[in-house]
Amino acid sequence: MRPRRVLPALLAGAVIAAAVLAQPARPATAQAAGEEAPPLPDVSWSFEGPFGTFDRAALQRGFQIYTEICSACHSMNLVTYDDLAGPSGLGYTEAEVKAIAAQKQIADIDKNGQPIQRPARPSDHFVAPFPNESAARTANNGAVPPDLSDMIKARDGGARYVYGILTGFRDAPKGVEMRSGMNYNLYFPGHQIAMPQPLQDNSVQYADGTKATLDQEAHDVVTFLTWAADPTTEERKRTGAKVILFLLAMTGVLYGAKRRVWSDIEH
Amino acid sequence: MAVSQNKLVQWIDHRLPVFTFLDHELNQYPTPKNLNYWWNFGSLAGVMLTIMIVTGVFLAMQYTPSVDDAFQSVERIMREVNYGWLMRYLHMNGASFFFIVTYIHIFRGLYYGSYKAPRELLWMLGVVILLLMMMTAFMGYVLPWGQMSFWGATVITNLFSAFPGIGNDIVTWLWGGFAVGNPTLNRFYALHYLLPFVIFAVVGLHLMALHQHGSNNPLGIDRKGPQDSVPFHPYYTYKDMFGLSAFLIVFAIVVFYFPNLLGNPENYIPANPMQTPPEIVPEWYLLPYYAILRAIPNKLLGVCAMFASIFVLFIVPWLDTSKVRSAYFRPIYKWVFWLLVIDAFALGAVGAHRPEGIWIVIGRVGTIYYFLHFLVLMPLIGWFERPLPLPPSIAEAVLKKRGGGALAGAAATRTKP
Repeated sequence: MRPRRVLPALLAGAVIAAAVLAQPARPATAQAAGEEAPPLPDVSWSFEGPFGTFDRAALQRGFQIYTEICSACHSMNLVTYDDLAGPSGLGYTEAEVKAIAAQKQIADIDKNGQPIQRPARPSDHFVAPFPNESAARTANNGAVPPDLSDMIKARDGGARYVYGILTGFRDAPKGVEMRSGMNYNLYFPGHQIAMPQPLQDNSVQYADGTKATLDQEAHDVVTFLTWAADPTTEERKRTGAKVILFLLAMTGVLYGAKRRVWSDIEH
Repeated sequence: MAVSQNKLVQWIDHRLPVFTFLDHELNQYPTPKNLNYWWNFGSLAGVMLTIMIVTGVFLAMQYTPSVDDAFQSVERIMREVNYGWLMRYLHMNGASFFFIVTYIHIFRGLYYGSYKAPRELLWMLGVVILLLMMMTAFMGYVLPWGQMSFWGATVITNLFSAFPGIGNDIVTWLWGGFAVGNPTLNRFYALHYLLPFVIFAVVGLHLMALHQHGSNNPLGIDRKGPQDSVPFHPYYTYKDMFGLSAFLIVFAIVVFYFPNLLGNPENYIPANPMQTPPEIVPEWYLLPYYAILRAIPNKLLGVCAMFASIFVLFIVPWLDTSKVRSAYFRPIYKWVFWLLVIDAFALGAVGAHRPEGIWIVIGRVGTIYYFLHFLVLMPLIGWFERPLPLPPSIAEAVLKKRGGGALAGAAATRTKP
């Protein structure tokens, strides 16, 4: 065995093998419902690839969609208003974030111990539409709208899947019997989803004048949700580039050192 | 014998001989000169253990082991703690990479016969480490309290209910209640923090056993004299550091660019005892055992087979009857070894799929072959196989491979005792 060829092949092989092993469990979810889901729509994103970053304008438009439409039913309990500020957030200033937070009322207790409603502060988590799960269930025909904070990481297919759901509402094909209150969706496992189609053309009026088509809206809100699922993505990629460059240099130096140390030995 | 001219070092060493110890185990420690890169994976596993303990201690400083707060506290680490995302992703992917290097390390031992006399206890201590790693990893996966954490814990602990008579009592005792709940999470956290230090101690014994007779080598023949070996430092310290650095590049690519590649999306949904996920699958490194468990239609026998698949490794030194260590000189065993590797991958794939259709067949054949390999093929091949002639010494084999005519002659005279 030639060690020089074996090592890189081995490392690559180990990662690929692990990835391949991890894959098969995934399509099973769609198959479980009996019907094959079509392949997810192939969309390109600003945040793709090792150097991809979030398009700030798209993030702000996506946040507008969330605020005006999704947040009527879906909470985002893990995100704070603070997270929206600055270059690692959506690019809003502190003052803008303060104003965004203040539009929401949040339950609290005053100095005298009495329950009150007060305007939200930047340090608060996003105010949820329902006080608890039972209230959410009752208001939504028995189905709890899931929290969206981690939605992109919590579904097979991630951003493409959520984009598919948002753009995948169709009339039920002939012969498909829909359960009461359910809606037909191409990409949802089993095709019957409790959520009615949330986005249409011109569901919102964009502040920056972008034409609000369904595709545009879905693309923007998925960009926002991807950021929300991992707000440190850009910092992570930047750090990764530095770490890997350093490791490449160090590996080169150590290879030279190893060769030099071994140069007086027949091996 | 002074290990250093430094007065302070001498003063300490006279009272506490750490410097003499290091000198003996690094500078003097003779290592075969012909180790290939497959021998890097032991030290890589040691480095991974260290990375896991260091990142784990930092995570523990921010983690809250309670069914109401665990999920949120992990998300808080990811979102609000400085470099919390780094610690968490290093730890989460570190588990996978720890298993990757350990499995390669084990297969290397199987290929080159590193478990044979006088290294049986060295090998058995390694199997103990593997068992402890699996327990630690399983309990660690429960801590974020996502859907797969909860349901994985439920399925695996329920396996013990298969034991006749006392099964259900064992399960209740493991849970600390009548379902997986807060006491379960708390004890898993306590044990998840404890076991790595137990692993650390067993690694110490593993190294002690290793240094007693030194490393095996690709030829599987004993060192016959100084011409066969080099001191561990600087030769293998540099080789290991180079290997480590190359390995860390792969690790960094996954941690920084594909941190959720090896995880299950379901675990980003908080645990919900009222809702079973569509598919309950363990982490990839446990899939082959899961496949063996499900290959047998009887629950008790399935559980026994799963445990047996690990415990059979303990007796490998006595199952292999061949006098020759390295598969390099074993024309039949060499092929059977690669069949075992393929079998392990196949069982892993079976574990990732629902047990239906062709996967049931592959799972059963794979399980039977796994035990056939160890219990039948290993002893039989050792008797029937005619190994290739072994080289007289490591030094001669090395020089012959190099093709140095005059040098080989010179070395041959040198190797005469």
